[in-house]
Amino acid sequence: MREALVEVVDLVKTFGGLVATDEVSLTLHQGEIHAVIGPNGAGKTTLISQLSGRLKPSGGKILISGRDVTHLPVAARSRMGLARSFQITSLFFDFTALDNVAIAVQASRGHSFRFWQDVTTDEAIYGPARQFLSRLGLEARAQVPAGDLSYGEQRQLELAMALATKPRVLLLDEPMAGMGHDESAKIIALLREIKNDYAILLVEHDMKAVFALADRITVLVNGAVLASGPPESIRGNPEVRRAYLGETTPKEGGVR
Amino acid sequence: MTFFLEQLLNGVQLGLLLFLLAAGLTLVFGIMDLVNLAHGSLYMVGAYLAASLTVMLKSFVLGVIAALAGTALLGIALEMLALRRLYPRDHLDHVLGTFGLILFFNEAVRLIWGAAGMTLAVPPYLNGLVEVLPGVAYPIYRLAIIIAGVLVALFLYVLVQHTRVGMLIRAGASNREMIGALGVNINRLYTIVFSVGAALAALAGIMAAPILTVQIGMGENILILAFVVIVIGGIGSVRGALVAALLIGLIDTMGRAYLPDLLRLIFTARAASVTGPALSSMMIYLVMAAFLIVRPEGLFPVPSARR
Amino acid sequence: MTLNRRLIATALLLVGLGLIPIIAKSIGYLFLLTLFTRIVILAIAAVSLDLILGFGGMISFGHAVFLGIGGYAVGIAAHHGYYSALVQWPIGLAASALFGLITGALCLRTRGVYFIMITLAFSQLVYFLSVGIDSYGSDDGLTIYKRSTMGGLIDLGNKTTFYYVCYASLLLCLFLAWRIVRSPFGRVIQAARSNENRLQVLGIATDRYRLVAYVIASTMCGLAGILLANHTDFISPALIHWTRSGDLMIMVVLGGMGTLFGPVAGTIALLVLEEVLSTITEHWMIVLGPLLLLMALFKRGGLSALLGGRKA
Repeated sequence: MREALVEVVDLVKTFGGLVATDEVSLTLHQGEIHAVIGPNGAGKTTLISQLSGRLKPSGGKILISGRDVTHLPVAARSRMGLARSFQITSLFFDFTALDNVAIAVQASRGHSFRFWQDVTTDEAIYGPARQFLSRLGLEARAQVPAGDLSYGEQRQLELAMALATKPRVLLLDEPMAGMGHDESAKIIALLREIKNDYAILLVEHDMKAVFALADRITVLVNGAVLASGPPESIRGNPEVRRAYLGETTPKEGGVR
Repeated sequence: MTFFLEQLLNGVQLGLLLFLLAAGLTLVFGIMDLVNLAHGSLYMVGAYLAASLTVMLKSFVLGVIAALAGTALLGIALEMLALRRLYPRDHLDHVLGTFGLILFFNEAVRLIWGAAGMTLAVPPYLNGLVEVLPGVAYPIYRLAIIIAGVLVALFLYVLVQHTRVGMLIRAGASNREMIGALGVNINRLYTIVFSVGAALAALAGIMAAPILTVQIGMGENILILAFVVIVIGGIGSVRGALVAALLIGLIDTMGRAYLPDLLRLIFTARAASVTGPALSSMMIYLVMAAFLIVRPEGLFPVPSARR
Repeated sequence: MTLNRRLIATALLLVGLGLIPIIAKSIGYLFLLTLFTRIVILAIAAVSLDLILGFGGMISFGHAVFLGIGGYAVGIAAHHGYYSALVQWPIGLAASALFGLITGALCLRTRGVYFIMITLAFSQLVYFLSVGIDSYGSDDGLTIYKRSTMGGLIDLGNKTTFYYVCYASLLLCLFLAWRIVRSPFGRVIQAARSNENRLQVLGIATDRYRLVAYVIASTMCGLAGILLANHTDFISPALIHWTRSGDLMIMVVLGGMGTLFGPVAGTIALLVLEEVLSTITEHWMIVLGPLLLLMALFKRGGLSALLGGRKA
């Protein structure tokens, strides 16, 4: 097995007396989609926020390519190749869709202490920006302000921006939430197509999508890892079935 | 020693005055999320009302009570007519709108009372000196300010900690959506809080009036001191406002009293007399800067108030 | 395109400003030149404020402090007998930049309403400093007996010449601002206004960019202060009073934040409105105050936003 791109070791996060992350360990490898599932309040988003640097862990370590990043701020981790999409859509709502992706492209091209160059006509930025936008099928909506896009389109734009930063690691917090069937099918196909180039952490409630995509699944309950392994073992795990999956397990979910 | 004790009392007195102003400001911000620059105008209006009503009613106590009630009513009117519509707007709109109100109130006061300024006469029984410690005489009026300030602080403590309105205030300061969910008439709560804040500002203005003078714009510089207080104390926290107000009151008073002398020890007399007054008036801002470096969220941060 | 229309409007406005001395002379109303010199200078300050307020979303309520620093640099230098613009102006600009750097670094540790109050407090600090120092006139201010000298090349004492120096400075600042706004740096500043967290997730450490923008705006406003001191031949703490910062803010919002047309148009509108109102009544502020309140309530979205604006 290739070396882990991201390694989480015994991560702990407490809010007052509440333990939101309870000694979680997991790894992300390039070319692999690692899904994290669990009931509401299991600590999935809290985990992603600690990985991205938004929240400071109370204990444990986070390593990217073997380097300890536990105490690095958000922007620094992002420059190491970490990209995140948000569960609650987070965009530059008064920018057009294209400008949203353009600023992401700009961010991936080193610092922006450039005061004199005219970015609005810069093909080095807008060329790739249009590419990423059309990859998510949004090219016709390029000039629409992000705030005026439909919810599904905004989720797609989120993903386009995450990709535009040229990351190595993608943290996807419910990328398909609120999407219609066709839209999520499109995202599933896209993720499958691109996954070789990235290490992907996927938090998702849509079990059909999870079992269709994931190479590995970690089940979180009350902040702790209940089980972790390939999809087949998770689906067969009686504890997981009892704690979480229950009757919601799609019968044909694992069919590829 | 006598001088030190005097300055100490003066510092406490300024601190309590600032607290009265800052308490209303911090509550209004904590609960309604409103940046109210016109708070200083209520301080000014309170002082003007007291100055004329004590004469009209021929009684200091009645005049003060009437002035407090008058300012509270003005606060209610202001809240219902104008400020209520500002709550949902962003902070920039708050600043612009209430800055406009300052201009309006300054000019309105000039129209009603004239540009000359007024004095608030202290009744005979509050005039003179009292011996607070053997050999230490202190003006009765200033002592009365301290006592009134302590009483109001206690009143606010009981109000905020032990009443239903106080419970709502605390809930509102840390989670604005929650009070709506509790099925409370939010508009009425807002109006009540605002009028209490207005009355507190007026009380501060009235108490300061005999020491300073009643004049147009009198509320503006002290308003900024009150801002410093709530920044240090933590926005939305009444307890923070009290601690920070006393701190600022003491530092400012002590700085002005002792800094020039201290500087004389280090610099030449001429250099000290140049830098002394300037530096002592800057002191509190330097303290604020220091707090910003160490605790940018204030002494007693109210979690959600920081955005 | 609205953008082109705005470009045309800005160009017309600037051409109009360029003709002011000629108009003033031809109608024999020289006060117009004095008024518009003031307008052009304050427009520079408003443009600088708009860079951080309109484009950057940083609500600075202490921007007039930089008018004061630029102004006092000229005044203090002149007081000590240094009249050359080569001495005065670099000092004024450097002092503004330095003060912007130090206070900006502190202020930008905070957000939202804290930022408003702290920028305000720092301007008060300088205000009290200027009140407290007797050597430089304290409350009474400092008269400047001789305007900045420019090696005999340009005579700032000539009203028309001085106007065009100010006008050229405004054009320069507008051009700089225009370049900055369209640059990668400007993009970051505007994106940080829109959604700072998202920008950090994209790998951009927003604080540094904001600080640099703050310093640029400070320096630009320092230039306005330098010109203003030369215009009035006098400086006093009133230059720094916080209501001045409020005035600058009004100019920007009145004209339209986040545009370059806005601060220029807003400055003209506010100062002309003041002049007109003050000829009608000496209590003109009783009209201006409620106008500001109405502006705050109605400027965006108008009546419909007002009706739909009630919370929960």
